Amino acid sequence: MDFVTRGFQGRPRGRDERLPPGQYLTDDFPVLSAGPTPPVDHDGWELWVATEDGARHTWSWPELMALPAETVTVDIHCVTSWSKLDTEWRGVSLDTLLADVETAADFALVHSYGGYTTNLPLEDLLDGQALLAFAYDGDDLRPEHGGPARLLVPHLYFWKSAKWVRGIELLLADSPGFWEQLGYHDYGDPWREQRYQGD
Amino acid sequence: MTIPGHPGAEAAYDGNLMAGPLSELFALDVTVAVVRCRGCGASSEVATLRVYGPEPGLVGRCPGCDDVLLRVVRTPDAVWLDLGGVTSLRVPAPRVPLEEDVDRSAQT
Amino acid sequence: MARAAVPGGLSARRAWRDATLVERRPETDSAVTLVLDVDGWPGHLPGQHVDVRLTAPDGYTATRSYSVSAPEHGDRVELTIQRVPDGEVSTFLADGLAVGDAVRLRGPVGGWFVWRPGQAGPVLLVAGGSGIVPLMAMLRARVAGSPPFRLVYSVREPDDVIYRDELAAIAATDDVEVRLVHTRRAPEGAARPAGRLQGTDLLTATGWDGGDPPTCYVCGPTGFVESAADLLVGLGHAADRIRTERFGPSGP
Ligand SMILES: Cc1cc2nc3c(=O)[nH]c(=O)nc-3n(C[C@H](O)[C@H](O)[C@H](O)COP(=O)(O)OP(=O)(O)OC[C@H]3O[C@@H](n4cnc5c(N)ncnc54)[C@H](O)[C@@H]3O)c2cc1C
Ligand SMILES: [Zn+2]
Repeated sequence: MDFVTRGFQGRPRGRDERLPPGQYLTDDFPVLSAGPTPPVDHDGWELWVATEDGARHTWSWPELMALPAETVTVDIHCVTSWSKLDTEWRGVSLDTLLADVETAADFALVHSYGGYTTNLPLEDLLDGQALLAFAYDGDDLRPEHGGPARLLVPHLYFWKSAKWVRGIELLLADSPGFWEQLGYHDYGDPWREQRYQGD
Repeated sequence: MTIPGHPGAEAAYDGNLMAGPLSELFALDVTVAVVRCRGCGASSEVATLRVYGPEPGLVGRCPGCDDVLLRVVRTPDAVWLDLGGVTSLRVPAPRVPLEEDVDRSAQT
Repeated sequence: MARAAVPGGLSARRAWRDATLVERRPETDSAVTLVLDVDGWPGHLPGQHVDVRLTAPDGYTATRSYSVSAPEHGDRVELTIQRVPDGEVSTFLADGLAVGDAVRLRGPVGGWFVWRPGQAGPVLLVAGGSGIVPLMAMLRARVAGSPPFRLVYSVREPDDVIYRDELAAIAATDDVEVRLVHTRRAPEGAARPAGRLQGTDLLTATGWDGGDPPTCYVCGPTGFVESAADLLVGLGHAADRIRTERFGPSGP
């Protein structure tokens, strides 16, 4: 650890027993971005899922809206150390989206409008663990938070919950995403503090 | 602030912010280097890139087309650098490679 | 690469050094100049900046960039910090750091947004708020025979003007012109009503027409820099003569 700057505390860092190690509480919703907010409207929006043998499934916005949606209340943990408790989201479970997709893949590479990507094991998208979220706190998901629709995988660090999702590529082998190529962990379990490669 | 049709107008910073983090990697000041964008072919000084970050990492985008040119992440025990978006990086360097001169230009 | 040829002096430059506060000089109600003593400081150019790192007892660290506000002077490094409402680092540096206390500092860094004394041609400086800091280092580095300078400095209200007296003194010299632009409230009797920076604010009064075009240095909050640079381009300044440094978003 670096030497301590006398008198410096920084912004109050709230603790809570529901927080993973090294995390602190925030009440606002910080926006971290690696690029401009892509201009995507509901009309032009499309989601695709591509399997390892080239099969492609797509959904338009009305098709997404026609699927059963659910509301969840979860805690989210950003790798930059803030966590936010009891956040409420509405969206379509990935179990629903992937129900008819035939695949032998073990991994998913999620693609966003604007070029962002993130990788995770396919099984972490299933069994009620992941949502394609289109509403936050009762309102349409705002563009800076990933609207029209973002991934929500709250049991992993929040960079895995890609904003502005446009496609999911199912793969037999893991393929690192935007931050995973550059030192961030391939899995990113906050409870094991898997922030960086090698953690 | 957002100016429609103005690439990078949403970026919070520019490449000057990368000077400190890049000084951990390079002997010479890379913010004066000229990078050529793989996407649109434009050449820009690193100092003029549109920079997003600093957390979880610094992302430098082309002022011409907004493509990612340069990324830097500092983990506790490593600096990660990605230059995949550029076809070349030209760093002004002293004509005569005397040690003294190299060190001097590195400072300035 | 040149890297192999560079001796130990370089790693010293890269390293985080201790910088001890020796003097604190209030500039306005919300800005303060910190004079730091940095052992073995390698010197710097006007326009360069340093990164300052603070560490809390639990290991939490915060790093921010600050421009040097005065030319090279031995081991002394002067920074001017504008307190940002609710700002984590600026409020600590402005209020919490006591004389004799130390912070960690890396630099000097940034070789693009600099003015080298001896550099030919007139200079147009455009500052928004704390963006005056690196530009002040340039003004202070002028010597007899330096080319003419012109500063356009945008502030919200008269009380926000950093370096007020010194700027007035500098403006009294022949070849420096200082123009203040007030965006929220202008002083009593001011010819220019309060309002955001416009193209006409950037036209030269003394006129460089016919002479060499100036090199422009634009600095301040990101939104300010975007619009000031656009205005300069609109006035016909060549893009490659406009140097910009964005300090970050100016908050809500
Ligand atoms: C190259 C470079 C040089 C810089 N030089 C100087 C300098 O010489 N003097 C100086 O005072 N600052 C300078 N800055 C800005 C400085 O680095 C910090 O961003 C600033 O002090 C705010 O940090 P903070 O921790 O206090 O605020 P934070 O806690 O990071 O931010 C708090 C809130 O304030 C907002 N905010 C951030 N910056 C500003 C701002 N400038 N005005 C209004 N609101 C803001 C944020 O959006 C956030 O909501 C420079 C920045 C760069 C990139
Ligand atoms: Zn480009």
